[in-house]
Formats: sequence, C-alpha cells, structure tokens
Amino acid sequence: MVERLPQGKAELDARFADLYRAHLRDVYSYSYYRVGNHHDAEDLTEQTFLQAYRHFERALRESNGRPLRPWLIRIAHNLAANFYRDRSRRPESAIEDAGMVSAPHTTESLVEGREELAAIIAGVQQLPDDRREALIMRFALGMDNREIARAMGRTDGATKVLLHRAIRQLEGLVSENAGTAVEKR
Amino acid sequence: MSASAAEFESLLREALSPVEPPADLVQRLELTLVTLTEMAQDELDSWELSAMRDPRNWVRPAAAAVVGVSAGTALVALRVRARHRTRRQQSGNVLELAGRTLRDVADEARRILPDR
Repeated sequence: MVERLPQGKAELDARFADLYRAHLRDVYSYSYYRVGNHHDAEDLTEQTFLQAYRHFERALRESNGRPLRPWLIRIAHNLAANFYRDRSRRPESAIEDAGMVSAPHTTESLVEGREELAAIIAGVQQLPDDRREALIMRFALGMDNREIARAMGRTDGATKVLLHRAIRQLEGLVSENAGTAVEKR
Repeated sequence: MSASAAEFESLLREALSPVEPPADLVQRLELTLVTLTEMAQDELDSWELSAMRDPRNWVRPAAAAVVGVSAGTALVALRVRARHRTRRQQSGNVLELAGRTLRDVADEARRILPDR
C-alpha cells in the first residue's frame, strides 16, 4: 500500500519530526564513524537534518512509501564527501580519545581495554571509503542489504559482494596489524 | 558462515556499536527544527534583496525576524550574529553595517529554505 502523502505544512513537519526522532542516532553514528570525532560528527548530523528538511516533501513523494533512512544516510554520505574535499583530508586515523569527549558515550568505553575491538576500529579506518561505509551501515546502523544498496546507489547484488569483500579485507588487516604489533614487541 | 567468520562479525558489531548523540546536539537540533517549522514562511519568502537595498524597507523584515524569531532563526540568527560581530569590529559606518547584516539574514534564510 502506498503511504498517504502529508496534507499541508503542519502534517509534513510532524512527519519530519517522526523521521528525526527515529533516525537521529543512525545519522549521528554514521557521521561519527565516518569522520572519527564528535565535533565534526555533530556538524555533519546537523547539516544532514537541515538538508533533509529542505527536501523532505520531494523525498516523501518520490519514495513511494519506502523507508527514508537510506535517503538520510545518503545525504550524510554526500556531506561527508564534501567535508573531506573542502578540508582535503581523510577521516582521522583513530576514533578520538574517550577523555576528550564531552558527552558520555558507550563506544570508547566499550572499546577501552579491549584490544581486539580497538584493532577492528583501526582496521575499519584503513578500508577504502565504500567498504568502510558499507560496514558502518551494516554493523553500526543495522541496515539490511537493500537499504545499504539504496543509500549507496548500488544494486542489492553489488552491495552483498561489497560487504563480503569489506569483511574479508578487514579480517586481513586486523591480523596483519596484529602480526606487526607482535613483531615490534 | 564459518564459526570464525561469525565470531568476527560479532566482534565487528560490538566494535561498531551505535553512538548516542550528545545531549547538547539534541537540544540544539531540536531548537533549530522547531524554529524552522514555526517559521513565518510568507514573511521570509517575500524578503527580496532588491527591497533590502533601500533602508526604508528594512524595518518590516527586521520586525518579522524579531516577532517570528521563530523565522527560521535559531540557525539564521546564530550564523548572522557571528558574521555581524566580526564586521562590527571592522566597520565604522552604522548604516552600512545594518544593511549588510540584514542582507545576511535574507541570504541565510534563503539558503536554509530555498524551495519551501
């Protein structure tokens, strides 16, 4: 069944508020893992929702009732790409130090003291952009192949292959990094 | 999926746990969105840059910005205020400063809501 489009600005705004509440954490998580620090992740999240607000009506019309999460993440993806282009830099090499974070957050404390998790995070940052993004969408946001495909503008099949290769490459990087660490000791 | 692959994916899921947005971001974003949704849309739509050039036309849009502070403004005002502060230090001419600040308000409002 095709979802009814909102009638009037008040209903449109209410629908946008629902979208915001449902996906704020998704957009923030994506932004955080994409840029590697809270400060830029906040900016990216804010800009994502402002862009989304501007184009929400059209997105609803064109979505034919499909979930809008991939569309939101795609906005964040495009903004992140601009962010790197403007600043000519890649994501920070490691997720920032928990001590520098103003708000309490679970990831750093979870990873702290868990070498294997820290190694995985470090490996994720070494992956090519598309593989890293696919992993973030799958594991941090819990998106399925179809959603990831829509967010990345790929086919479901290509997305499945991308995820598979990303995981294999990450496994390789993690064991390679572990090997290097052992050699240095 | 092999046991080791499943174990690796489980670790990956743990390493990439969802991140809760900081409380101040949530507050700021909600304020921005609330003000955007309450915006005096028609007032902002009618802000024409050409009208802005004539100081006699500044009063009404300025009033709309104040009354409707709402008018998109948490965000618009923050951005404009920052630039206004910088310029105040550079400009000795009050009229010119006011004109440029109001043009900024219109520009920001357009940028945020160009097609709504």
